[in-house]
Amino acid sequence: MRKSNLGAVHVVKNLFVVLVLGLSFTVSAQEADPIAGKKLFNANCAACHKLKKKAVGPALKGVSAKYDKEWLYSWIKNSSAMIKAGDAQAVAIWEEYNRTAMTAFPQLSDQDIDNIIAYTDYTPPAPAATAAGPVAAAPAGDSISNDIILGALALVFAILVVMLILVNKTLKKIAAAQGIELEPKTEEREARRPLWQAFAQNQFLVILSVVFLLLSSAYFAYGYLMQVGVDQGYMPVQPIHYSHKIHAGANQIECKYCHSSARVSKHSGIPSLNVCMNCHKNIAEYNGEEDLENGYTKEFYTKEIKKLYAAVGWDEENQQYTGKTEPVKWVRIHNLPDFVYFNHAQHVQVGQIECQTCHGPVEEMEIMYQYSPLTMGWCINCHRETNVKVENNEYYAKIHEALSKKYGVEKLTAAQMGGLECGKCHY
Amino acid sequence: MAANKTYWKNTEQLNEKSPIVDQLEQKEFAEYIPVNEFLEDKEALEDSSTSRRDFLKYVGFSTAAASLAACEGPVIKSVPYVVQPEQIRPGVANYYATAIADGFDFASILIKTREGRPIKVESNTDAPALGGANARVHASVLSMYDTQRLQGPKANGEDVSWDDLHTQVGAKLAALAATGKEVVLLTQTFASPTTAKVIADFTAKYPNIKHVAFDTVAAAPAIDAFEAAYGVRALADYDFSKAEAIVSIGADFLGDWQGGGYDSGYAKTRVPNKHHGKATMSKHFQFEANMTLSGANADIRIPATPSAQKNILAHIYAAITGTAVSGKLSQAHQAKVDAAVAALKAAGDKAVVVSGIQDKGAQALVLAINNALGSVVMDAANPRLTRSENGNEVKPVIEKVISGDLGGLITVGINPAFTLPEGEAFAEGMKKLDLSVAFSMKEDETASAAQYIAAVPHYLEAWGDYEFKAGHFALAQPTIRPLFDTLQFQDALLKWTGSETSYYEAIQNNWNSNILEGTSWNTVLHDGYYSKNTASEASYTASDLSAAAAALASAQASGLELTLYTKTGMGDGQQANNPWLQEFPDPITRVAWDNYLTVAAADASALGLKNVNVANGALNGSYAKVTVGDKTLTLPVVIQPGQAKGSVGLALGYGERKGLQDEMQVGVNAYAFYNNANTVQEVSVSLADGYHEFACTQLHNTLMGRGDIVKETTLEVFNTKDKAYWNAIPVVSKNHIEEQVTSPEVDMWQAFDRSIGHHFNLSIDLNACTGCGACVIACHAENNVPVVGKEEVRKSRDMHWLRIDRYYSSDDTFEGDVETKENIAGLGDSLTTFGRMEQAAENPQVTFQPVMCQHCNHAPCETVCPVAASSHGRQGQNHMAYNRCVGTRYCANNCPYKVRRFNWFLYNKNDEFDYHMNNDLGRMVLNPDVVVRSRGVMEKCSMCIQMTQKTILDAKLEGREIKDGEFQTACSAACTSGAMTFGDINDKESKVSELKENDRMYHLLEHVGTKPNVMYQTKVRNV
Repeated sequence: MRKSNLGAVHVVKNLFVVLVLGLSFTVSAQEADPIAGKKLFNANCAACHKLKKKAVGPALKGVSAKYDKEWLYSWIKNSSAMIKAGDAQAVAIWEEYNRTAMTAFPQLSDQDIDNIIAYTDYTPPAPAATAAGPVAAAPAGDSISNDIILGALALVFAILVVMLILVNKTLKKIAAAQGIELEPKTEEREARRPLWQAFAQNQFLVILSVVFLLLSSAYFAYGYLMQVGVDQGYMPVQPIHYSHKIHAGANQIECKYCHSSARVSKHSGIPSLNVCMNCHKNIAEYNGEEDLENGYTKEFYTKEIKKLYAAVGWDEENQQYTGKTEPVKWVRIHNLPDFVYFNHAQHVQVGQIECQTCHGPVEEMEIMYQYSPLTMGWCINCHRETNVKVENNEYYAKIHEALSKKYGVEKLTAAQMGGLECGKCHY
Repeated sequence: MAANKTYWKNTEQLNEKSPIVDQLEQKEFAEYIPVNEFLEDKEALEDSSTSRRDFLKYVGFSTAAASLAACEGPVIKSVPYVVQPEQIRPGVANYYATAIADGFDFASILIKTREGRPIKVESNTDAPALGGANARVHASVLSMYDTQRLQGPKANGEDVSWDDLHTQVGAKLAALAATGKEVVLLTQTFASPTTAKVIADFTAKYPNIKHVAFDTVAAAPAIDAFEAAYGVRALADYDFSKAEAIVSIGADFLGDWQGGGYDSGYAKTRVPNKHHGKATMSKHFQFEANMTLSGANADIRIPATPSAQKNILAHIYAAITGTAVSGKLSQAHQAKVDAAVAALKAAGDKAVVVSGIQDKGAQALVLAINNALGSVVMDAANPRLTRSENGNEVKPVIEKVISGDLGGLITVGINPAFTLPEGEAFAEGMKKLDLSVAFSMKEDETASAAQYIAAVPHYLEAWGDYEFKAGHFALAQPTIRPLFDTLQFQDALLKWTGSETSYYEAIQNNWNSNILEGTSWNTVLHDGYYSKNTASEASYTASDLSAAAAALASAQASGLELTLYTKTGMGDGQQANNPWLQEFPDPITRVAWDNYLTVAAADASALGLKNVNVANGALNGSYAKVTVGDKTLTLPVVIQPGQAKGSVGLALGYGERKGLQDEMQVGVNAYAFYNNANTVQEVSVSLADGYHEFACTQLHNTLMGRGDIVKETTLEVFNTKDKAYWNAIPVVSKNHIEEQVTSPEVDMWQAFDRSIGHHFNLSIDLNACTGCGACVIACHAENNVPVVGKEEVRKSRDMHWLRIDRYYSSDDTFEGDVETKENIAGLGDSLTTFGRMEQAAENPQVTFQPVMCQHCNHAPCETVCPVAASSHGRQGQNHMAYNRCVGTRYCANNCPYKVRRFNWFLYNKNDEFDYHMNNDLGRMVLNPDVVVRSRGVMEKCSMCIQMTQKTILDAKLEGREIKDGEFQTACSAACTSGAMTFGDINDKESKVSELKENDRMYHLLEHVGTKPNVMYQTKVRNV
């Protein structure tokens, strides 16, 4: 009874702190600060703990209610010592979580731990949720107003058309009333040849237009044929709806974190599933922005994460791998012909070219597609225009000096370095 | 009006109402056409479910479907790893050190793997013993991807599980042990310390089992002689890099003699090294019957029949040791023996005598001679352990198998039912045994005769440890997971012994406790080799050899003497299903896809045997009936210049057999003649009907006195005369003034500026090149060169990017050829003389010249290409853009070096060319960095641009300059003799720039003015 009272007092106290904090951004050193606690939690605890869900370690929501504060201090600072010492509670946790001891955090002060506990205990006040409503609706209102403007414009046009017809009718009526002949005389009409006949009888015009038609159809035929095998914009449906927009855009994950082979290999590499699990071991559900129009709801994304778990064989309940895997069969988007040798490392690591230069705004792509045409002309253009990054690279030291003297330029393009030679890419 | 005209067709129409006219009007065709028969044949019509309409529908649909399919690209699936192994990055090659020990070839090697697949073999040049890979070892990676391999164990012809096999064999072994019946474990030579332990444990558990080593091509007499002299069953090793005088009597030490691998040491002393202005090189005498690689490279080669070789050895022994010997040599031989003895004596302890005579006495004499010389070349202290057969042990086993007096037989890594002359009887005998188990990769003759076939992995899928040479160890590790349900022999044996350990653990335990002295296991596994306790002295026990010398001195033969040999490509024949090796042209005869009887020209004309070139140039040879004892084979004949009169030669390893694809069933099984494991047999030869069609890649064998193609000089001239005398730059005339062809005055071309960046050059030293052909196979593997088959090779459509031309002199020497040509006077004389010069001399000088694309700076091929598919790079490489090529073949016609190869057909995924590129397994060996060419496309050596580009990229990634030696091509990396040096001539410190300035340097066909980036170093002979 006393304990729960205490808990209630804590909550009230914390709420008060939050309110004060929100207004003045000042905080007394002695009070537990849930905002500082959140930072500490994300930095130290989030890798293994979640608030409401069991992860590598137990869920931490309301942990202060379960354990004594002093006990928590010593547990967080050195859990294995407690296990060794045979503390009953400590051993129980240790047994429950596959006999893996929690990492020790001796660097955390008691105050830090208080802050963290404050954060884990913090429940946001209910009215705050309703307040968010209109704010979220605001962007939606933007798109609707566009439609309204268009609709209004259409209405205005329709009214104009109706008005014109009415005016025309009225004028005709007035003309008829005043006895003015509106139709031209029939003889005049017959004497005038129709335009198409005049055109057909003029041989020069016929030849001219035939030539024009042939040339333009050849132009379009050529344009069409040149597009054969060019898959620009190819956007296949993938077995898992993987959103680069969320990963590279919203979460700003560096491309080469997942596509690490691009640094050393000719292939950028499709990340193996263990790379996904580096993060998704802890991120089991999606909590980011939704795109309701396309049906990309939180549930939708969470379902896609479950697909990853199925493929990699991750048992969420028990937080362990089952060993039953089912490799993901991605549909390849960028596919160069076999007779072309392309090396990612050369461009990404040596040339320090941004991935986006060729792959486009990947961070904005909800579904990945081929941005560039990947034709030889496209490659060559870039080689002609792009300067080679020679700074701080011993390899280029001598060559660059000699070549820039030869060409009389400061910077050398890839083409001047021999990047247009057939055999550099075709062997 | 005109349409009403009627024409008379015949006179019959004059007769009104003629029945014939009526008939013809009714029926258009007078003769009976069986249309009705078919249409009335209800069955035929009902059987056929396709009506004409249906047919048209199908045609229409398939056309539409084909055109639709062509419009849309195929959907390609990419499947990443679930858990990516740390070491594997797609697109980056990994190298592993391992070792091959297949009973014939032993070597420490590196394996290049891509995405977990082994794709290439490289020499492990750091290894102190046997670190060089020969052509067969280079090709062995393809043997792993062999469709004929056993995919799992079998019992009595049926597939079984390993558990069943273990239980059944275990029960039989126990039963045999209970009765005490003898069981023989007949294995290849392993030279493996841990295998020896495993076998010892096994035979300790089953005392009735006896282990006997069996070498397919044995060296038993040499081992016996070594044992008698040094007390160890092994073979003396030789370090030819220390030699100043080498006398070989019938030992093809540049080939497979005693396991081979001597060429790199040999080549070191063959390059004239200048000290204080005077160059020295070793002097090499070769007495032999067949023309071998060693003979071809010798300074002085003396043809001698096997019996004459014995006499010669006895006389050399006598001369060196100062004893007397009976008998007389022929005058020619005596003179050369005297010269050889003088050279040996002059060289002192840097002299060596080696012999391939299969006779214990002869081998004892050789050891005695080398001891008398005090030879430092011979290493008896650390002998080779790569052959171990003891004839006295093997012979009774074979007899017992045939007679059925044996309880059981377990064979490992050998195929005695094929490689024994009494093979068929052996196979029959095996079937009668209580237990027969064959550990084999193929369902070969022995395996199919055995009750149980235990499928073993390829060496690249297995663990192993070896002691190639006393004190020199090697480790083998798997480079890929076993492709099939196979089990290593040692693992099976451990299981049968009742041990729980795996062979891998057994090796590790054995090494940690007995071999490694503090060195970490991981270090050795990484390096692939380990050396320790190398002894410096061996105690030689002299014995009385006068009887042996006398026996040799009096050796005589009555008829023709046959010397069986192993071809550079085929070896003992265990890799016969390897298309790279089948298509590999023999370095001497340049014949691929065959074995044949080599006959001296004089004997051939006496016997009426002929070689002719048919209309398209291809070589045909007579058949000959060859009889040894009661066995007769019909063999095609190749007339071999340099073959000793009275001798013939024949290669082992060929012939029809089981476990071999139809296309590879070529040649004749010469093991039928391999009586008593002796390579020398007395034969009778007679002409047989018909001609055999050879696939020979070189149709013109002599140089016709064109000394500028293979430039040669003698050591004496090299030392005394100016470069201009023996390596003159050709001159051309401009405005009647002679100018050197290298002068810009006579250059019509605008040259690229190649002074900046890399400029690649390849130097080929004709002195160091032994013609071993490792580069040819390495090139095949690196560049996805297709195999085209015998018929296509015969049409000169072979695809080798790198060929090794072999030339014979038509006079006794090449210098003589040049003189003969110079002395031609008048048209009549030129016709007769040139006609005569097409024939090689009886004992010609031989020279090898590797020729690949010369990467001309002024390339004739580039100017004639109508689509600019052939173009030049600033780094000196002549590029070939396959996707641009339309196949006019102008470039090939305009190439003075004839190095361009045309894809007459699609050689991959084509049932007409059913080699490795036609099955999923075989295609695993392809190098993913090099495109597989299609039909109608010209291809050629690219100077391994994928390798040079890789080296450059690595340097860029690491931000450093490139060191000399980093740039390599597949051929230069494979060349263990150091004949090929590749590098950047803009790096003035590099070895190749030094070679470019060398006095011996010349370009092939320099007078054409192509300015090639491949250069040759003039051959210097120490005559």
